[in-house]
This record gives sequence, structure tokens and C-alpha cells, in this order.
Amino acid sequence: MSGLVKAGAGSRALAPGAVPGQPRFPWGCIGYWAASLLFIFVSVFPLLYALSSSLKQGSGLFSPELWPKAPTFANYSGVFAEQPFAQNLLNSLLVAGSVVTLSLGLSLMAAWAFGRVEFRGRGLLLMLILSASMLPQVAVLSGMFELVRAFGIYDTLGALIIADLVLTLPFTVWVLVTFMRQLPKELEEAAAMDGVGVLTLVFRVYMPLLWPAMVATGLLAFIAAWNEFLFALTFTLSTEARTVPVAIALISTPSGFELPWGKIMAASVIVTLPLVALVVVFQRRIVSGLSAGAVKG
Amino acid sequence: MSRIELRGISKRFGDTPVLNDIDLSIAPGEFCVFVGPSGCGKSTLLRLLAGLEDPSAGEIEIDGLLVNHLPPAKRNVAMVFQSYALYPHMSVHQNMAFGLQHRKLPAAEIERRIADAVRILQLDGLLQRRPKELSGGQRQRVAIARAIVRQPKVFLFDEPLSNLDAALRVQTRLEIARLHRALGSASMVYVTHDQVEAMTLADRIVLLQPLAGRSDVPSVAQAGAPLALYHHPANRFVAGFIGSPAMNFVDATVKALGDGRVLVDANGMCCAAQLSPQGLAVGEPVTLGIRPEHVLLGEGAQRARVSHVEHLGEVSHVYLELPGISTPLLAKSYHEKIALGELLPFDLPAQAMHLFRADGVAQARGNAAGRSVEAVDG
Repeated sequence: MSGLVKAGAGSRALAPGAVPGQPRFPWGCIGYWAASLLFIFVSVFPLLYALSSSLKQGSGLFSPELWPKAPTFANYSGVFAEQPFAQNLLNSLLVAGSVVTLSLGLSLMAAWAFGRVEFRGRGLLLMLILSASMLPQVAVLSGMFELVRAFGIYDTLGALIIADLVLTLPFTVWVLVTFMRQLPKELEEAAAMDGVGVLTLVFRVYMPLLWPAMVATGLLAFIAAWNEFLFALTFTLSTEARTVPVAIALISTPSGFELPWGKIMAASVIVTLPLVALVVVFQRRIVSGLSAGAVKG
Repeated sequence: MSRIELRGISKRFGDTPVLNDIDLSIAPGEFCVFVGPSGCGKSTLLRLLAGLEDPSAGEIEIDGLLVNHLPPAKRNVAMVFQSYALYPHMSVHQNMAFGLQHRKLPAAEIERRIADAVRILQLDGLLQRRPKELSGGQRQRVAIARAIVRQPKVFLFDEPLSNLDAALRVQTRLEIARLHRALGSASMVYVTHDQVEAMTLADRIVLLQPLAGRSDVPSVAQAGAPLALYHHPANRFVAGFIGSPAMNFVDATVKALGDGRVLVDANGMCCAAQLSPQGLAVGEPVTLGIRPEHVLLGEGAQRARVSHVEHLGEVSHVYLELPGISTPLLAKSYHEKIALGELLPFDLPAQAMHLFRADGVAQARGNAAGRSVEAVDG
């Protein structure tokens, strides 16, 4: 047993009594890969099944095999043909993009204030911002609805952008404050000696240094806004103003008596792809240690 | 030409006084070093000059202009930080140009200044590198270059050498001295805890003492030329801080007063000190001070046993046990053949003696005494 634990820990040391030169059976390696594969299978299976179903049609949808007998892309073209799905995608992109830009810009400035400026009530204000993220969406829904009506932006994307900021801002502010506090204070003093203003300081000195944190939080904010359902359902009415999650939920057949599983799955796959692409692109940019060399190192 | 005037400067953080009642005038082109043990507020004083902190009381004047309420960038000063504080995401060139671009200087002028700084500090070939691709010494030079391109009236250095290794420290120290000569008219204010840096670089040393929570002691223990602080320390704190190893202190009482001479009794050991007897009374408790390098070993009427020897190569530190005195007397000697337990004759030259009264104030030593001390050095 202890030998197995050792091998699992990656130790190359020979167990006592082992013949030198004769490799031991790599139990640890096999265990590692078995566990990894199991983990990957469990997490990817739903997506795999959605992909498989999206390629099936008719009664094929109700047979459980993973590889469809007669793969077809009819569902994909159907999604775009029978409703303004392209418009919905664009809406989602606009909302999520604006939410990311706004929340990063606002929270970067807020992070400077909370992380660097000392003022009375700073801790209280930070706690208030954190507590805003504790409220369930349903609790703010009716109040937010009144707000949206008062602004006259009901059934527009602006309503969704404002509502989604409620979800993203608390955590982007908190994450960036934490990172901001780790940056050396001398940088700000050096900038003060150089005579730069607050905005230049925040956007030209701090933003490049916080880039890894910005990418990570921006990605999370994008995913939150992209997947957001309740606000999107409540604050939009017309098909053209819907975002993708609501559009998918409201996909129906003309008869109204069956669920078009094939099209729903096709739409789900389409809506997943941008997120996968974003993570693949940005995971390389989430590099830490950019600030190495700022101070003695 | 920029004279710096500090008048009645005090600084407290909350209820803790950090700097107290500082009056100081730094002449144009002067190299002024703030030195002191940790916690004496020397960095804070520099930051007051830079404008990174506001004084609790007092006025700061640079070049005849009251700068108390001016932001750092408007004070015509440039600062080199202990941690360099280079912008990590910018190249060396951008680091130097960043501040100048914000002052809306024409591009040609910026390039000219950067070229000058590159020449002075030998930064050729490094301009496109990021700070993390530079060695410690190179980062230090870039930090200095960033200060130079601003062409300030005053340079502020906050312990610039403390992150460098010993050899590089000596080399950079020389470069800073050379830079000061090259720049001529600009004043330099330099903070360090290292008395060797202070002694070697300074035209004038300002020795600060920690306040330890008291607001009735002045922060400046003594200000003056390096050798003045060495030969004529104003009080016991200065005497103990300047010089390495530190001055020997022995408790004593005044036995007799003469013309330019004081006789003291240190627990049965009778010594003469060549200094002004003014204000002293017979029987008064005093502290006798003598630097290790001034204790004469191998001659004289006194005898002491060697309790410990440290051989440093160029010199040896000899610890002498004196009867009835707990701390051994430290002497520097160029003889290497000194054995532990040996009974050595020694002498405390009267002209090398310092005397401190109970409140720590030094008894004045005449100029003649100062000169003869220098003779003892040789």
C-alpha cells in the first residue's frame, strides 16, 4: 500500500527490496489517468449528449446511442430559420460585451479607491458591495423592474445591461481590490512624482499590471451575463430583444404540443461555443507574475 | 540654484511623533545625507520633501518657493525609490519617457534627455528591455536615469543601495558621487542607515535620532560635515552612532578641573581629558568616551587583561577587561600577535577623550584638540 502511495506521489525512488534497473509497474500513473478520464467524462458527458442529440432527427432523438445513425445539420439551420436566432446571438454578445466593459472599467476605478485611497467608511462600503451579491436575483427582480420602467428602457438591451451589472460588479470589484492591494505602493508614488493624474494612473499604470486579474474576472463576468436568464426573461418582451438563453427556452414547435429537442440541443451547442472559444483564447493570457520586476526581485 | 529650507517641521502619525522641530537649510549643489538608526524618521523626512507626505507643522521651501501645498510633480524634485518602483510593463525607454510625456515636452527634447541619461549611466542596449529583464544594479541605474531626465533641482534618494550586494554597493556609491559632481548645480538629499555611505558621500550629514514617542526631544541630533560629527559629536547619541566599531563609554566622576583639562576617576582608573572644563563640577557623574582606534595598546601606565580578540585582517579588535567595569574596553590594533588572557599595557590619550554630562551633552573640545586627535589617527 505504501508503495502505491509513493508511486502515486510521483516518487521515482525504488522501494526497498526492488531490483535496480527493473521498472516497477506504474500503478500510480495508471490511477492518475483513470481518475482524470473519469472526471473528464463526467463533466463533458452532458455536452457530448447535447451535441449528439443536435445531430439527430425525428424518432432518432429517442434512441440513446451517442453516435447518431443518420447525422444531419437540419436542426442547426432550423434554429436560425424559424426564429431570429442570429439576432438573439448578437443581443447576447452586445449585452455580455457591454457588461464586461462597463464592469471592468467601473470596478477598476472602484478598486483604486478601495484599495489605495483611505477614506472614512471604506470597509463599510466594501461590505455593502459584497452584500449586494448576497441578494438572490428574485429578491431584486420586482424593484429592478420598476427601475427599468422608470428609465423607460423596458424591452431594450439597456435594461439587461444595467440589471446584469448588479450581478457582476460586486465580484469584479472585490477581486480587483484584492489584486490592487498587492501592487507595490511605490508605483503610485513614482507616478505621483511623474505628475500623472488619477485616470492615467489607473488606466496606464495599474490596468496593464492587473491585466491577468482583469482577464479572469472579465471572463467570469462574460459568462454570468451570457448565461443570465431571469432578468432577460423579465425585462424583454419582443422576440427581437431576447438574449440566447431566453430564446432557447422559448423555442417551440408550431403545434405547441411537443418540445423540439433537436433544435434546443443545436441552439445549446451554438451558445456554448463562444464561451469555449473565449476560455481557450484567454487562458494563455491569464499569466501571473507580470508584476515581477516592479520592485526588488 | 536651489536652496532647501525646512522651518519647524514636525510630523506625527496619529499620536506618535516621528519628526520633531526640524530646522534645516540645504545649500544649492550640496550633497546632504540623512542618516540614523531605523525608526528615526529619515525616510519620512525625505517623503515630506518629495511631497508624498504632508508635515504636521512647519514650512518647506524649495528655491524660495513655499511648497507645502504643491503636489510632488510641481516641486521640481525627482526621487529614486529604495525598491526602484520602475513601471514593470514598460520598457526602460518608456519608463524614462513616461513622466516627460505627461509634462507635454516635445518628442525631440525627450529623446535628447534620454540620450544624455543613457550616456551618463551607461544604459546603452538596455532601452528596449523590461525591468524584469535587468539585474539589480541595472534597475538601480534606470531608476536614477528616470530621475535625471526630469532635470530636477533636487534629487531625493531613499536608501538606493540597500538592495544591492556589497561589491555593487561600493561601485554604485562611486557612481552617485561622480553623478553629483557631473550634475553640479542640483542638490542631492540622500537617506541611508549606513554610516559608511553617509561619511563617504556627504558634504553634510544630518544625523536623526529616534523619538521613541517623546515630543520634547529634537529629531536632529547633529548636522554638520562628516569629520565634524566624527571629531566633535554634540552628544552621546552622535558619538555612539558615528564610527565603527562604536565608541567606548565608561562611567566616571569628575576628580579635578584644570585649564583645558579635566581629571576623571573611572572606578579607580584615573584619566585626563583635554577639553573645556566649563560647566563641570568636581564630583559630578559623567560618561567618558574614547574611540577604539584612539586607544593606544602596548604602551602607557594602565594595565588590562585581553578577554577577546577579533582578527579582521587589516586590523584586530581587542577587548580589554577593566576592573569593576562590566563592558570591556574595545581597542583597534595593528598587531596580530595578541594572545587571550595577556596582560597588556594601554593608554587613553587625553586629547582623544570625549566627555558627556549626565544629560548626554558633550563637553566642548577645542579645535586644537580636534587637530591633535587627527594626529593620533595617523
